[in-house]
Amino acid sequence: MEYVIEMLNIRKEFSGFVANDNITLQLKKGEIHALLGENGAGKSTLMNVLFGLYQPEKGEIKVKGETVKITDPNVANDLGIGMVHQHFMLVDTFTVTENIILGKETTKGGVIDIKTAEDEVRKISERYGLAVDPQAKISNISVGMQQRVEILKTLYRGADILIFDEPTAVLTPQEIKELIQIFKTLIKEGKSIILITHKLKEIMEVCDRVTVIRKGKGIGTVNVNETNPTDLASLMVGRDVEFKTEKIDATPGVEVLEIENLKVKDSRGVQAIKGLNLSLRAGEILGIAGVDGNGQTELIEAITGLRKAESGSVKINRKNVLNLPPRKVTETGLGHIPQDRHKHGLVLNYTIGENMVLQTYYQKPFSKSGVMNFKKIYDKARNLISEFDVRTPSEYTLARALSGGNQQKAIIGREIDRNPDILIAAQPTRGLDVGAIEFIHKRLIEQRDQGKAVLLVSFELDEIMNVSDRIAVIYEGEIVAIVDPKETTEQELGLLMAGSKKKEAGEDANV
Amino acid sequence: MQMSSRMKNILTPIIAVLLGVLVGTIIMIASGYNAITAYQALWNGAFGDIYFIGEVIRQTIPYILAGLAVAFAFKTGLFNIGVEGQLLMGWVAAIWVGVSFDLPKIIHLPLAVLAAGVAGALWAFIPGYLKARFRVHEVIVTIMLNHTALYITNQIIRSVLSDGKERTDMIADSASLRSVFLEGITDYSRMHWGITIAIICAIIMWFILEKTTTGFELRAVGFNEHASQYAGMNVKRNIILSMVISGIFAGLAGAMEGLGTFGYMAVKGGFTGVGFDGIAVALLGGNTAIGVVLAALLFGGLKVGALNMPLEAGVPNELVDIIIALIIIFVASSYIIRWFIDRVSKKGVK
Ligand SMILES: Nc1ncnc2c1ncn2[C@@H]1O[C@H](COP(=O)(O)OP(=O)(O)O)[C@@H](O)[C@H]1O
Ligand SMILES: [Mg+2]
Repeated sequence: MEYVIEMLNIRKEFSGFVANDNITLQLKKGEIHALLGENGAGKSTLMNVLFGLYQPEKGEIKVKGETVKITDPNVANDLGIGMVHQHFMLVDTFTVTENIILGKETTKGGVIDIKTAEDEVRKISERYGLAVDPQAKISNISVGMQQRVEILKTLYRGADILIFDEPTAVLTPQEIKELIQIFKTLIKEGKSIILITHKLKEIMEVCDRVTVIRKGKGIGTVNVNETNPTDLASLMVGRDVEFKTEKIDATPGVEVLEIENLKVKDSRGVQAIKGLNLSLRAGEILGIAGVDGNGQTELIEAITGLRKAESGSVKINRKNVLNLPPRKVTETGLGHIPQDRHKHGLVLNYTIGENMVLQTYYQKPFSKSGVMNFKKIYDKARNLISEFDVRTPSEYTLARALSGGNQQKAIIGREIDRNPDILIAAQPTRGLDVGAIEFIHKRLIEQRDQGKAVLLVSFELDEIMNVSDRIAVIYEGEIVAIVDPKETTEQELGLLMAGSKKKEAGEDANV
Repeated sequence: MQMSSRMKNILTPIIAVLLGVLVGTIIMIASGYNAITAYQALWNGAFGDIYFIGEVIRQTIPYILAGLAVAFAFKTGLFNIGVEGQLLMGWVAAIWVGVSFDLPKIIHLPLAVLAAGVAGALWAFIPGYLKARFRVHEVIVTIMLNHTALYITNQIIRSVLSDGKERTDMIADSASLRSVFLEGITDYSRMHWGITIAIICAIIMWFILEKTTTGFELRAVGFNEHASQYAGMNVKRNIILSMVISGIFAGLAGAMEGLGTFGYMAVKGGFTGVGFDGIAVALLGGNTAIGVVLAALLFGGLKVGALNMPLEAGVPNELVDIIIALIIIFVASSYIIRWFIDRVSKKGVK
């Protein structure tokens, strides 16, 4: 039998909305099969059908040639199907082993036999090169490690078909490399993998075949060695996509943001920003390049008033805003696309319409003498939804229900619409697909062309190189270099980010 | 078709009540009582006579306000266990104003009601402030303040509002919520004007939360403090404000007892229980204004009707307490009921 999994003509509706329309996906034994599609295309839905979380309205599922009905995840488990979800399902206060055996405890005389389980977990971990400590507490291990615990969980339950829902979205570049290595080991050990992603690079690197879906419809399956990123992108989006956003040269104007000798401590009281200087002009995009954890978060929080700074100054349009409350800072003309959209960017239990006015709800016409005008709010929301192409069933849908890309578009719409002089974009395209990335980059450049200043913080070198007019490299809480993207290379940036301070650039930075 | 979440919200408490009644029935039968006569007696004792209806409404009044207090805090992300204490403070404040002044009714009554609201608000301000400023959990503080309130009010009754007596004087007529008219049409029950205050408060709670800018902020802070801070809201101020508004409702519940039902306040050996029942009322009412009113009516009916059970059916009214407790358990475990509804409505389509 050639295929281990066959999903044939699957259709899944959500109260009238068709999330999967006649999609076919066939997984060969021993292959890594990519499932590619924009945010909201229906990838997670299709995999949740395979994992038994949803029941399809139409279609057939075959496992190793036999038609099956997967009524719930236990059935999927028994069929050897395991899934690593986009959002992990782990108990923070439990150890790795406790999490893995949860629901499938080995007992000895009615008592959980943790010792045997730990040995078993260690054995599997070694076999697949996962390097997980069975006794570690979940709350003490990194996100990358937590993901491996999820992988272990499926393997412990005897899965030989593994589904990964956007596993790399939450990982650092180094962790991604390691994960890819793990994939290869899994395949060598006879497993088959379905990998949901919209990162074309990853597909080209590890996958054998790709099934593309677009807006809920199956577009087709292609062999990776017979295609290229450009073709994949246009299959996925349904039109040609530019990877490198075209832009004219910047014409920087007056200085709008000026940071001098800024010192900030992080939540643990460690000095995260150590006397940082930076200046941003109208009409330019300044990219902040750096490895995660070098003070980017603290820098942004200090500028926006979300975190108290020790000393120094932050001037917006020549007015010192250091340690003012966030609203005062916002009102001086600052827009902020926060790094963590679930934590800071949205109230997930509010409708998308309510979130669209999260920064302006208290102003006219949304609020008048303390009373909200929801009609005006939802009118506004409707406009922004169509202008920024937010795909949502309606403006009354809870923000929680939207895909990441659409949540992000909503935030960007909200922030740009306020017409701020300075726009801070922190990791604006994290976890998004090429179509959405292109859209967001265009919007940022558009802001610049309108004479606004954009501060772009990103861990993705591609993005920094592509979009910025100037690049400032941050390392251990200081700007160690300022370079021109046209005159630098990824290699040089990589070295600077790793702390090999370039002498003259270091001096430049202090101008 | 999946059942809409609104439908689920309505169905869940109804099923919880039915389950409570069902298990109550089993307990009655098991202890050798006639369940049908018992429920008949309960019904007659609550709605069998216009007098009882008046009494049910009277009992409903503090339940509504206590329920609103819990629900308001809950909707804004706080768990106000301290309604009981805030109620006692409101009660004593209302009586204080009621016995100390001689004013025209148009001033005296509103002043007494206002005093109760302010007292409840101040008592709730403490846990609100501690939570906002020092991140002390409001549940711990409010539980402790319940006890503090009990002893403080007893002390005030003994040493300030009387000369070492066990109860205060009656309030002046000008501060009373009692209504000759309402008593007249309900065969001399103790129903009083407080019902209008309770209903108005229910509307106010709905209006604040759903219609005002303040409510928008309060709910946002309750859902996500980080995003609220990002949006420029004053998180600390909102936490305190939420507790204070909740405390006003609780204090008014005390005013209803003081100015309406009793007209005085007596030294208490223990809690009134109204504040704690408020938690159940809010839970059963899904923390919505209309839900709280309906749930309060149910609790009022059970409480008053229960008094008739020993007389008419020989069933001890502790059994009603058991049924109420069962309902609370079933509401509290409502996620199980939700899960069950989900199962059934899914099965339905296959
Ligand atoms: N439980 C659900 N109820 C209603 N709509 C849903 C549900 N899950 C997903 N959707 C909708 O179905 C579409 C596909 O979602 P999803 O499968 O999560 O997309 P992807 O994983 O490709 O980003 C989206 O428009 C989403 O809003
Ligand atoms: Mg998804």
